[in-house]
Amino acid sequence: MDNFTFGVTLMVTGMGGTLLALALLALLMNVLKMLFPLKKEKDK
Amino acid sequence: MFDAIVNGLSGLVAGFTNLHWSNPVMIAVGCLLLYLAIKKDVEPLLLVPIGFGAILTNIPLADLMGDEGFLRTLYNMGIANELFPLLIFIGIGAMTDFGPLLENPKIFLLGAAGQFGIFLTIGLALFFGFPKLDAVAIGIIGACDGPTAIYVTSKYAPHLLGAVSVAAYSYMSLVPVIQPPIMKLLTSPKERTIKMQPTKKPASKTVKIVFPIVVTIIGGLIAPKGLPLLATIMLGNLMKECGVVSRLTHASENEIANVVTLFLGISIGATMDGKLFLNAQTLLILAFGFIAICLDTVCGILFGKLMNWLTGGKVNPLIGAAGISAYPMAARVVQKEGQKYNKSNYLLMHAVGANTGGQVGSVMAAAIMLSVLFGMGII
Repeated sequence: MDNFTFGVTLMVTGMGGTLLALALLALLMNVLKMLFPLKKEKDK
Repeated sequence: MFDAIVNGLSGLVAGFTNLHWSNPVMIAVGCLLLYLAIKKDVEPLLLVPIGFGAILTNIPLADLMGDEGFLRTLYNMGIANELFPLLIFIGIGAMTDFGPLLENPKIFLLGAAGQFGIFLTIGLALFFGFPKLDAVAIGIIGACDGPTAIYVTSKYAPHLLGAVSVAAYSYMSLVPVIQPPIMKLLTSPKERTIKMQPTKKPASKTVKIVFPIVVTIIGGLIAPKGLPLLATIMLGNLMKECGVVSRLTHASENEIANVVTLFLGISIGATMDGKLFLNAQTLLILAFGFIAICLDTVCGILFGKLMNWLTGGKVNPLIGAAGISAYPMAARVVQKEGQKYNKSNYLLMHAVGANTGGQVGSVMAAAIMLSVLFGMGII
């Protein structure tokens, strides 16, 4: 694989993959906060 | 008899007669690192052992990096097998509070944007003719995270370990100098004065405990080649948040982190042999490292501007600069710069959220990069 193809592939998949992965984690955190809200735990 | 005396005495000057021109230069570089660490308080925990290791390895005939040298023993013990950076990561995870990030999870995206400089720098390094894995090791300086940079470099470009480590730690400590001009250049006066409201949505203790477990599982499935990095920082954080292993948490933050930092630093310094270190390539690596961190800051702020536009002006773009992994320095820089333009602006907690997002982001970026390289058959 030539360096240009390698570089472009890594840039696209790396930046895109990082953004998507963290967006997914952010979504999961929002779901977790809905499943285990702070208020209900305080009431318990 | 006379010959025996002369031969014996020659052993006492052999160190001087075997000096290569690069040795005194690197001894001076080691002394410079010590000066920066001791006098200027530039990352002293790392630069003192690195600087001293650099001095030791450049004294000829001592052979401390030879097969039976003690520096080689330390190197093989924890650098050659990537163990030391992983152990430090456990301590870092134990010291990190992801609470501000969990209060506002969309800040994670700033942590992602803050890593774009890694990939852009890899492209730049390739353009300048560096081989693929060398370019990867250079780009990872942009992760602004010592253990990540050391892990990737020691695995895939160990001959660049000295230069990459010195660049990574030096530039991390220069974040308060590098970032403010970029922040001013890319934001308007009106944007800099945007006040962000507190989110008032703190995470429960259960969420704080589940967070590291979920990140490890999901992140590990997405990017398995980076699981060692991800797992160790999340293990440290899990130990901290669960609260039932305080002895282990304390040991990770203190005894383990301190001992490993010492061994790691001196081993890295030991790779700075003048004959290998002093070349044009090292200067280029130092330059690219600087560019990587600048690009991280640029991308973070630009993404902050995008979030500002999407939210109708609720996000101060300055917090994008905290999306890099230099924790907690970058968050403090954002707070300071925000107050410079609006004394009543308190951006610290939002910036800390972005900064911790950057910590996770840098690890995920490295993990994804390694997994993509694996997919491409490069590693």
